[in-house]
Amino acid sequence: MSLRKRTPSLYGGIDSMYLPALVMVGVFIFYPFIRGVVISCTNWNGYSPSYKFIGLKNYLNMFTDRRVLNTVRNTLVYGLGSTVLQTVFGFLLALFLDGRLRGKSFIRTIVYLPVIISPLIMGYIWYFFFRYSGGAMNDVMMLIGADPVDWFAGGRRAVRVITGINSFQYVGVAMIIFLAGLQSIGRHYYEAATIDGAGRMQQIGRITIPLLMPAINTNVIFAVIMGMKLFDVIVATTNGGPGYASQSLSTMMYSLYFSAQDAGYAAALGNLMLVIILLLTGLLLKFFRSREVDLV
Amino acid sequence: MKTVFRYGLAVFIFLLFLIPFYMLFSLAGKTPMDTSSMWLPPRYIQFDNYLAAWNKAHLGRALLNNAVITAFSVFFIVGVGAAAAYPLARKKTRRNRIVGMVLISCLIVPPLTILVPLYKFIVDIHGLNTRWAMVCILVTFQLPLCIYLYKNFIQTVPAELDEAAVIDGCGPKTTFLRILLPLLKPATSSVVILCGIQVWNDYQFSVFFLQRSEVHTVAIALSQFVSQFQNDIGLVSAGCLLGLLPMTLVYLSLQKYFVKGLSEGAVKG
Repeated sequence: MSLRKRTPSLYGGIDSMYLPALVMVGVFIFYPFIRGVVISCTNWNGYSPSYKFIGLKNYLNMFTDRRVLNTVRNTLVYGLGSTVLQTVFGFLLALFLDGRLRGKSFIRTIVYLPVIISPLIMGYIWYFFFRYSGGAMNDVMMLIGADPVDWFAGGRRAVRVITGINSFQYVGVAMIIFLAGLQSIGRHYYEAATIDGAGRMQQIGRITIPLLMPAINTNVIFAVIMGMKLFDVIVATTNGGPGYASQSLSTMMYSLYFSAQDAGYAAALGNLMLVIILLLTGLLLKFFRSREVDLV
Repeated sequence: MKTVFRYGLAVFIFLLFLIPFYMLFSLAGKTPMDTSSMWLPPRYIQFDNYLAAWNKAHLGRALLNNAVITAFSVFFIVGVGAAAAYPLARKKTRRNRIVGMVLISCLIVPPLTILVPLYKFIVDIHGLNTRWAMVCILVTFQLPLCIYLYKNFIQTVPAELDEAAVIDGCGPKTTFLRILLPLLKPATSSVVILCGIQVWNDYQFSVFFLQRSEVHTVAIALSQFVSQFQNDIGLVSAGCLLGLLPMTLVYLSLQKYFVKGLSEGAVKG
């Protein structure tokens, strides 16, 4: 009973300790955000001192702009595609590297290695790999008698290749999270299931996956957010091309602001991206909250 | 038979994840005349590409810039973040709950969504092409994650410890510095590793805010170098290899902490 009353003196005056953080977030995130909302309602070109307010025109234009629609679709593919790939392969890797295997910690180290590497450099490496002439992938294609493929042409293929590159780089994160999750599942569940005559596949389906729901949740949210803001890899490989075919919202904003000098439109696009990501993470969080289980 | 399959699979995974590094290494070792496949290693040893890349990409200067920016950023991330997490974890008043929610919810704000206004703001405060503005931005965008990790960790430290310290005559701030901060080492190593990687590898902010070559970081220096010399793929590969070497060496020598710090950060969260 006394603890509650004593709290003020125990922690008296410590609230001021979050002021620096609050000021920084206020100055470098919230203030620009508010200014961004204002800029998105103008036709500002990014440098001239004069501009006009044009209301919601930038936002309305987005709905009829084919580039934007395509970019939104690409961004969703980058986000959701990477999420599926990373979650599935991360899970399989964790399952495999959790079992009896000599040198498994060594392999974990290597699978995790790409995570710490600059995504820009990773993009360049895979660009060299998938290059049309002299690329390693086309060497293989010719070796098996097929025609060389222009992996970054045609938009859709480029989007898939880039999604793959991003997933390859970050599958290690999913693996580590799943490994930690696997180690927290008590042996007795599996022992009981074995006694009841459940096979390995059944055990994975009925015990492992349901109990890993929190880990899956963490992974999905992380991968969606990371994938939707993909930037570095795209710059390193296609730079959004050909044309606007593999542009993500991030790279498109960059080119609108600095190349097309349409800052107002770029700001509006930024807000659209924010809304999409907030909606998507909100939906996913809700979906997962209803799915967490408690085996006793 | 099953064992053979397991080890076969293990070797396959191992090779798969080494491919990008092998390719880079193979390309960087070849002269421009050598057009053999990327799959084949060079049949001679030469370091010309590395030397030329180091000089032409100005990697020395870029590494120094990167080191300075990363060191200052990580220092402030830990300092500002840990301090903010303490009242948020310990004093659950209504106001603090709201403050905590506001700070941590910034985690899902993709930095580039506010690029346009942020760029304008940085120009207005004369922060373009300065290392201090870069540090400010990087710190701000890492703070939500840092506060989140520290807050969760502090909640696992019994509050009785704080009480004992206060009874022994410590003020709340001394308690934080002397008692709590040393206990937070596992969280601190998570934060340093997670945020350190992102700050070190940053490209999306650097490309906008560090445009002058004197302040270029490794990612920016390399991107300009690659677009300038893209026809000399050996040279470019050597540059990339040198660029990812520092972080790789740090990772391989401290991997135990990396994996631990990361899984703890992710699971506690």
